Amino acid sequence: MSETATQRTAGMDNGSAGKPLGGGAAGGRARSGAVGEPVLTVRDLKVHFRVPRGAYPWSSKATLRAVDGVSFDVRRGETLGLVGESGCGKSTLARAIIGLTPVTEGSVRWRDTETVSEGRRPAVAMERLRKDVQMVFQDPLASLDPRMTIEQIVTEPLKVQRPGLGRDETHARVVTMLERVGLGAHHLSRYAHEFSGGQCQRIGIARALVGEPQLVICDEPVSALDVSIQAQIVNLLRDLQRELQLSLLFVAHDLAVVKAISQRVLVMYLGRVMELGTRQEVYGSAQHPYTRALLSAVPRPDPATERTRTHAVLTGETPSPLNLPSGCAFRTRCPEAIGACAEEVPQSISRGTGDRRVACIRVAADPGRAQSGV
Amino acid sequence: MALLEVKDLGVRFARRDAAPVDAVQRVSFTLEKGKTLGIVGESGSGKSQTVMALLGLLPGNGQASGEALYGGRNLLALSQRELNLIRGDRIGMVFQDPMTSLNPFLTVERQMTEGLQLHRGISRRDARQKAIEALQRVWIPDAARRIDRYPHEFSGGMRQRVTIATALLTEPEILIADEPTTALDVTVQAQIIELLRELNRELGTAIILITHDMGVVAGLADDVMVMYAGRTVERATAQALFENPTHPYTRGLLDALPRIDDGDGTHDIDAPLRTIAGNPPAPGEAIEGCAFAPRCALAKDQCRSTRPELEPIAGEKDGWRACLRPVDEMMEVVR
Amino acid sequence: MNTSPSTTAPTAAAAPRRSRSPLELAFRHFLRNRAALVSLVILGLIIIACFVGPLFLSNDPTANDWGAISIPPTLSGQHWFGTDELGRDLLVRTLAGGRVSLEVGLLGTLVSGLIGVAWGATAGYIGGRTDAVMMRIVDMMYAIPYMLIAILMMTLLGRAFYLVVLTISAFSWLDMARVVRGQTLSLRTREFIDAARATGVSTPGIILRHIVPNLLGVVVVYATVTVPGIVLTESVLSFLGLGVQEPMTSWGVLINDGAQKLESMPWLLLCPAVMLCVTLYCVNFVGDGLRDALDTKER
Repeated sequence: MSETATQRTAGMDNGSAGKPLGGGAAGGRARSGAVGEPVLTVRDLKVHFRVPRGAYPWSSKATLRAVDGVSFDVRRGETLGLVGESGCGKSTLARAIIGLTPVTEGSVRWRDTETVSEGRRPAVAMERLRKDVQMVFQDPLASLDPRMTIEQIVTEPLKVQRPGLGRDETHARVVTMLERVGLGAHHLSRYAHEFSGGQCQRIGIARALVGEPQLVICDEPVSALDVSIQAQIVNLLRDLQRELQLSLLFVAHDLAVVKAISQRVLVMYLGRVMELGTRQEVYGSAQHPYTRALLSAVPRPDPATERTRTHAVLTGETPSPLNLPSGCAFRTRCPEAIGACAEEVPQSISRGTGDRRVACIRVAADPGRAQSGV
Repeated sequence: MALLEVKDLGVRFARRDAAPVDAVQRVSFTLEKGKTLGIVGESGSGKSQTVMALLGLLPGNGQASGEALYGGRNLLALSQRELNLIRGDRIGMVFQDPMTSLNPFLTVERQMTEGLQLHRGISRRDARQKAIEALQRVWIPDAARRIDRYPHEFSGGMRQRVTIATALLTEPEILIADEPTTALDVTVQAQIIELLRELNRELGTAIILITHDMGVVAGLADDVMVMYAGRTVERATAQALFENPTHPYTRGLLDALPRIDDGDGTHDIDAPLRTIAGNPPAPGEAIEGCAFAPRCALAKDQCRSTRPELEPIAGEKDGWRACLRPVDEMMEVVR
Repeated sequence: MNTSPSTTAPTAAAAPRRSRSPLELAFRHFLRNRAALVSLVILGLIIIACFVGPLFLSNDPTANDWGAISIPPTLSGQHWFGTDELGRDLLVRTLAGGRVSLEVGLLGTLVSGLIGVAWGATAGYIGGRTDAVMMRIVDMMYAIPYMLIAILMMTLLGRAFYLVVLTISAFSWLDMARVVRGQTLSLRTREFIDAARATGVSTPGIILRHIVPNLLGVVVVYATVTVPGIVLTESVLSFLGLGVQEPMTSWGVLINDGAQKLESMPWLLLCPAVMLCVTLYCVNFVGDGLRDALDTKER
């Protein structure tokens, strides 16, 4: 998205400048529970779509497996980065968790409440979920209602999630939140189209955070922004996370950005988890062949390195999620695939301490092998 | 030997009910035979309009000024008819979105042979043969059969390769690639970059690569030109630019990049990303003085009133910067 | 410090400036459309004349000036538009009739607009079976021969003013519903609707607060297209003798009468007919202008 706006509204958006929230505002609700315990638990989540094969109403339907059995936890106060290329299902996963896309199978648990089970979602839990889980969207301008003022946009979540607050209190929180993301009270009566992409995203973040959620799902929040603005927004999110003790589920395709913001990283391919681990583990000692290929494919901004290093270039194209390869979804492009890879879907084995998982039978068979090579 | 010499290129768009917009102002560069020039900038920098002007592809309200000498002629002064003989023949073009740059109603074969027949006057059968070879050269598997398919039957990465193959059919001297990999996945992007590198090596085609991705530039470009708000702020060899950026904007841009490697250990992953404060100016915003001044830490009063000209960088071959503050001052501040 | 040394310069906050909503921007764009602006002014004058005019004229629409029967339009003297065979001043009758026609037009548009927007937005947003059922109802109503029903209703229920409006509105909302539904379908996929759902806004809330305000552009344009349709429909009903009753008159009634006396007193037809045409033209131009003005901002 270009950075043009019909009238540029300059705000205080250097770095993540903005007035930090005082203890009172941040501690609006008691945050019980130790840091590090899981707040969001996803088990075997599947999101399948039935799509017609042909153009006719009577054409048979194929199953598009957008998300095909994903399990992970998001812990309190941490950022889990969800990374993968287009078609891997990461955005669908994010939307399914927050309820914008129906779930086909599997469970999503918020704390201890069962919120989703096989596509049915109890209404009570849904409302509760809304207060605790919010979302920041990819297209900053498109995610804001063009006919609403900024004040209305950022106030709406409070009206829906905290209807008990008085008008004054609501207004005060809205202003505080706007200032925290680097905008000001004088922006309240403006409209979205008057702001740049970066500022629109700040508004989107303010909207997501004004109701004091505990988990924020960010769906490609910086992909549409220029590099210099990306850095501002990433810094802002990091600061807010620290200050408000938020958990973030950060979905993106840009590996470098994910590395900058996440503590743990999950790599997806064709709807399945390929690798999961801490940032150091995934970026420093990746074990899954797909992760290694992905890391190798990212161009480094340094001609000396970039021209001389070996690139592990994958051949072929990603198969269609309508027609997943049998066994391991990656085997059609994997440089280390063997016959057995086609036979069954590799289960991601937890290895070592913590939640380190690699879904590869070759790695499972010979843990040491992954250390050598590219 | 300079293949293309651009001097003081400007692009102005007329607007109804408003002052005209100068999207590109006084941009100059040369393209050497067989070399790759990367033009980098964020949105609003005018990088796309620069090459559109060269090829005469500006929209109706766009007007180019300045000089673009190619083969002894000024491209900017040629008529559409004259340009048609050069476009698609001597100068090939690859656009960002492979979905819209290919005609969905024609088979790939038809689209590829059309240019050949037009410019080379060869028969359809010969053109088809050449087209198949071109597809093979860009690593399209099973090219002889695939050539009769329609664009929608190819994936994004393959479509982009088809576009590249089509552009290279006429063995152009210059290939202009406008954000060729932006719409592609990173693994597919790596394939395309590898492909372009190889083609440049084997065929000796000079490439003008427009992108906002510094990593792509680092992998492909010999020389780099950095643009901001329609103006050139720095020009240097890729090596020099990345190692020693001399303009505050270039430096800011490189610093703002999140790194995937830990580099030489000096990079602290938990430190906040270094940012450039503020926002780029809106296109058409009339700016006095240096366009980057509002966001620049080094800016002094003279920066806001006087527009900096491109000047050679001392001690650097082929290095140019447009900044009123001395280079040493920038180095000191950084340290 | 979060920022690299080359970036510590703060950006000045912009001086507070009056901000413009998308509607305001569209309004300004509209003002630049000469034809639309002129039409708007003419329309305004006609409306003022029809509603306020008769109060200033000395003649009563029903008064019979037996001394001046069937005189053609003369600008001097009392009867600028002439009189009919009963000595009633045509100008006053045209204005009074215009008032009725315009009232029917505006009221009818309002009613059909409300029904159409509610129907179309709900069907379009909820989708699925609800949408299918609601739109099939619309389809069925389209199939019903409108005139027949109108005649039936008028004959059975009488010809009170509000019944005329009701009858006409009963079928005019169908087009609006379809258009609104189409627009809603495209709005529904926009990211800010997802954002509203993620925030927890209820379905009625989304329709009322997010969908409908963003439909206004289309609705306003379509409304200006509906007005002429309704005015014409009323004229047709009057032409058939089913419109408003005496002593109220409308352009339709006047045109009906005038048509019957075309050979002897052509002005009886021409004056109201010209007024009707001018009004409809103006509404059309205004509608065009609105459509252009709102189009550019819709992206």
